[in-house]
Parts: sequence; C-alpha cells; structure tokens
Amino acid sequence: MAVELTVLEGADERDLTKLDEYRAIGGYEQLEQARAMTPEQLIDAISSAKLRGRGGAGFPMGRKMSLVPPPDKRRSPAYVVANADESEPGAFKDREIMRRVPHRFLEGCLIAAHGIQSQHVFIYIRGEYLAEYEVLSAAVEEARAAGVFGDCDVIVHRGAGAYICGEESALLDSLEGKRGQPRPRPPFPPVTGLYGGPTLVNNVQTIASVPAILELGVERYTQIGTPEAPGTVVFSLSGNINKPGNYELPLGTTLRELIFEHGHGVSEGRALKAIIPGGSSVPVFTPDQIDVPLDFDSVQAAGSFLGSAAVIVVDDRACMVQLGLRAEKFYMHESCGKCTPCREGTRWLVQLLERIEAGDGSQGDLDLLRNVCDRILGKSLCALGDFAVYCVASYVDKFYDEFKRHVDEGGCPFGGASSLEGIQAPSDHHTHEHLALVPA
Amino acid sequence: MSTAQFREQVEELKQRYPDGRSAIMGALHLAQARHDGWLPPEALEEVADAMDLTPAYVQSVASFYDMYHLTPVGRHSIEACTNLSCALVGAKEVVDALEQELGVPPGETTEDGAISFRLVECAGGCGYAPVVIVDRRYREPVHAADVPALVEEIRGR
Repeated sequence: MAVELTVLEGADERDLTKLDEYRAIGGYEQLEQARAMTPEQLIDAISSAKLRGRGGAGFPMGRKMSLVPPPDKRRSPAYVVANADESEPGAFKDREIMRRVPHRFLEGCLIAAHGIQSQHVFIYIRGEYLAEYEVLSAAVEEARAAGVFGDCDVIVHRGAGAYICGEESALLDSLEGKRGQPRPRPPFPPVTGLYGGPTLVNNVQTIASVPAILELGVERYTQIGTPEAPGTVVFSLSGNINKPGNYELPLGTTLRELIFEHGHGVSEGRALKAIIPGGSSVPVFTPDQIDVPLDFDSVQAAGSFLGSAAVIVVDDRACMVQLGLRAEKFYMHESCGKCTPCREGTRWLVQLLERIEAGDGSQGDLDLLRNVCDRILGKSLCALGDFAVYCVASYVDKFYDEFKRHVDEGGCPFGGASSLEGIQAPSDHHTHEHLALVPA
Repeated sequence: MSTAQFREQVEELKQRYPDGRSAIMGALHLAQARHDGWLPPEALEEVADAMDLTPAYVQSVASFYDMYHLTPVGRHSIEACTNLSCALVGAKEVVDALEQELGVPPGETTEDGAISFRLVECAGGCGYAPVVIVDRRYREPVHAADVPALVEEIRGR
C-alpha cells in the first residue's frame, strides 16, 4: 500500500512551487476552511490531531498555540515565527519541503496565524539555503500578489550561518538584530517572544503538516502513524547507506524498515555499527535496537530522542572516538559562548577526545570525560550543551571497550584505517587558542 | 551598487520590520556583496550609519555569524562540508583533492586571490554527500574524482 503523504503530497507529480499547480490540488482551500473556523476550533483540531513539533523538541503545537494570550489580553502584537534554520547535522528535510512544497508551508503559516490571531509571519531561513530562499521568496510574492495573505503579511528573513539560531530563543534574538544567543526562560515565547510580544515558534515541517489535518479531518489524520503520535515525518536518511535521501513515512515506522527497505541497507554490504536516530545531538543506538519504532515515545523509551528525525547510519569502518571528536568539534564551534559550562566544557571534551584518539589518554581521561559531561548536562540556558553531551556520552557508554582500547593500546585500534581518519573541522583552522586547557 | 542605493535598500529592509534593527543581517549581506565578499571596517561603518547603530555594535553582530567575513576573501569561494554524514562518505578525500588542486589548505585563499577555500559545518545536504558549495551554490555530491574539473571550471569564471 502506498504511504499516505501529508507534507510532500503531490510534489512528485506536479511543480507545486507554482501557485496554480498548488491550487489545482486543493491548495489554500484549507486556509479558507481555517478562516471560517474560530481560533479556538482551529487550535482544538490541531490539538486533537496530536501534532507534535518536528523540529526536535516534539512539543504539541496545539498546546503551544493555546499558551498565546488572546488579543484582549495582549500588550503588543502577536507573531508567528517559522523556524527554517535547519542546521542539525543529518537533517535536510525542511530544505526539501521549502524547495518542493513552499505553498503548503506558507498555507500552514497563515493557518497558524489565524489560530493565534496574528497578522505577522516571519520565516527565519538559514543563510546557506540560498536556492530555497529564492523558491520561497518567489512563492511568497506570488501568493501575496494573488491576495492569499489577506490582512496578514509574511517576511522571509535570511540567517547568516549559526547553528544556535535554530534554538528558538536565540532565533528570536537574531531576528531582532542581535547576536543569536539564547534567552533565560521563563518567560517562554508564547508569552514573551519576538519584540516582547506573544510568539508562536514552530518548525517548517510542523507547520507544513497543518493543512493536511484540515484536509483529511482529524479522524482520518489520526489514523496515520501511531495513536499517540499521528501523522507522517520526513526522515532524512544519510551516512553509510545505499539509498540516502528524504523519506516521508508514518510515525512509528521502524528503523529496520527505514534502513533496509527504503534505504536498501548499509552501503557496500558492510556491517551496521551504530545508528544516530535523530540528528547528531541525540544518544546513539546500537544494531540490536534496529526494531525501535520511530516515534517520539518509543525512541525516548529506548534511550534516545526522535529529534529532527535525521537518521545517520554508521558502518563498522568508523572509529567511535573519531566520530565523537568530530561531533564535539561541531558543538565547540557552534557554542555561542554565553554559558560557561557549554563554552568551556565543549573545549575540554575536544581536548580529552583528541588526547584519547592520539593514544596519549589514560584511564583518568576516560573518567574525566564522563565527569565533564556531567558538569555540562542541564547547566546551560539552552539545550546545545546537553546535545554536546548526549552524543559523546552515549558513544563512551555504548562503545566503552573501543574507547578503552585507545587507552590500553596507546593508540587508535583502527591503525589509520577508520573511515573518519584525518577528517578536519572548521574549528581546526580558527586562529584563537582554546580559552582554557583541561586542568592536568 | 552606489552608497545611495545601498542606503535606500537598507531603508526598505528596515520598513519591513516592527523594529528596524532587525534589518541588520540583511544590511550586512548587502554590504558584503558590494565589498568584494567581505566586511572591511568601512563596510561596517556604512551599515552602522544606515542602521543608526555604532560600528562596534555592528561588528559584534557580524562577528557572531559564520557567513560574514571580517577578513578579505578570494573572488570565488569553495566550501566543503566535513560534518558526520559527509565525513562518513569521503569528505576527507574531497578536502585532500581540493587542497591538492588549489595548492592551499582549508582556511586560506589561493596566491592569486582567485579562490578562498574553507571547511563548513553541516550544510544540510547529508543525503547527497559529500557536499561542496561553490560561490554559495550547492554541488551535491562532489567526489574526489570530480574535484579537478570543478576547480578548472571555477578558475575559468
């Protein structure tokens, strides 16, 4: 049976970047339907459909909308901010959504705006997505000219290269013309967000899922996926896989089905070593977890997070210390510097991993690695520090023998044959020194 | 783009937002485009003037983001992603081939000032890895064997 699509539906058959084509398949009719509903009815429908955020945190969209105070209780205008700053390593789904179904995404933005009674939509798109910015901007112009927006307007705002701006409060600071650094919470954005006004921040895919809820109706929508996590997710599949790409599938699809049926298995017939189920920031899975269903609760029960549903397949040629080191260099590079545990801790983790990989590590370094992880976890304003720990701590826990062999054998057991041998990171070329060395 | 046109465009950007300061990122993108791809001190001053902010504030914002360059860059840019998905499928070989063809390591510009070569974090092309970005346009995938022709093409621009 063909998979029922809700986000990318129709994009294989038609050029849905064109307004006419999108209208030909019923596009923007759901916006009309939404505008005929009261905001409360609309929020009820999204809540009943149990639509959870597809950007990483999995927060129920309906509940988030209901936290926005009604117009008579506002001191400043309310805003919808679409988070299109996709930068999670492994994720490339929002890019495809914006490139192929920009009008469905815009329709979702306008429906959300009606739900919270806002006239202002901002789309914050990562600066590197230039082609997607062009497609999206053209769609905005076409829809605006056709009068689709009504009394609402949509502004597309380009970022300029900062992973942290995918974090909602950092995104808001960036959008306000500041350095993109996270804010202390509470207050949360639905109460005090952009320019101090109530703000609904949602990921591109979450928003692009909304029209289907109205088109299919809650009852039919909730038959897709699992009872607790209805709907589809666009899984970004990458790494050592025969057929990488985006696959829109019902929530609850198992890793086995995604990797072996849709992805045609591990490339070159190699053995599966590790699976990162939700982007580089989440704890790693081992091959015995291949039957975990990919929905929010199941992945969490198995010890990780669905995150942005970016599945990275790692085969047996990869050294896990090198994988951890490369991941950690990313977090060190992207840490905004505001909170000390994250800023300094990521640098310490990089230094410890470098020492272990080089064969200069001791048992004490392995213990210190875990200790530093404990000192970062939960101690920063945003989740970036946690992300920097989830990945590496899980590599140490699940591949402890491999880490231990680096120490015991005084070097990398792969002897230069790891698939990640010699991989460099942008931070390797920065002129600044580490701010502080790990204490001896 | 003349200074007058630049100011006019920044003014237009400012009008889009409830608070004009939100236009700073767009203004920096515009300023960089008219200053050979980077932001010399006079570009930061232009942005500051147009935005009614101090040059120090503008620099504090510009220095936060990876796509604003505060040191000179070549006429063309080659950026290679080396994050996990690209790394697993041959990014190192691509980087080595680029270094070989360009004659400079990542982080540097060729001696003739033609091409800046740098590494970037995840570009969001993981399913089409390894990803290389040439003059801000994605090339996916680029394998080590594709590099000589790619560099020749850019040199011909």
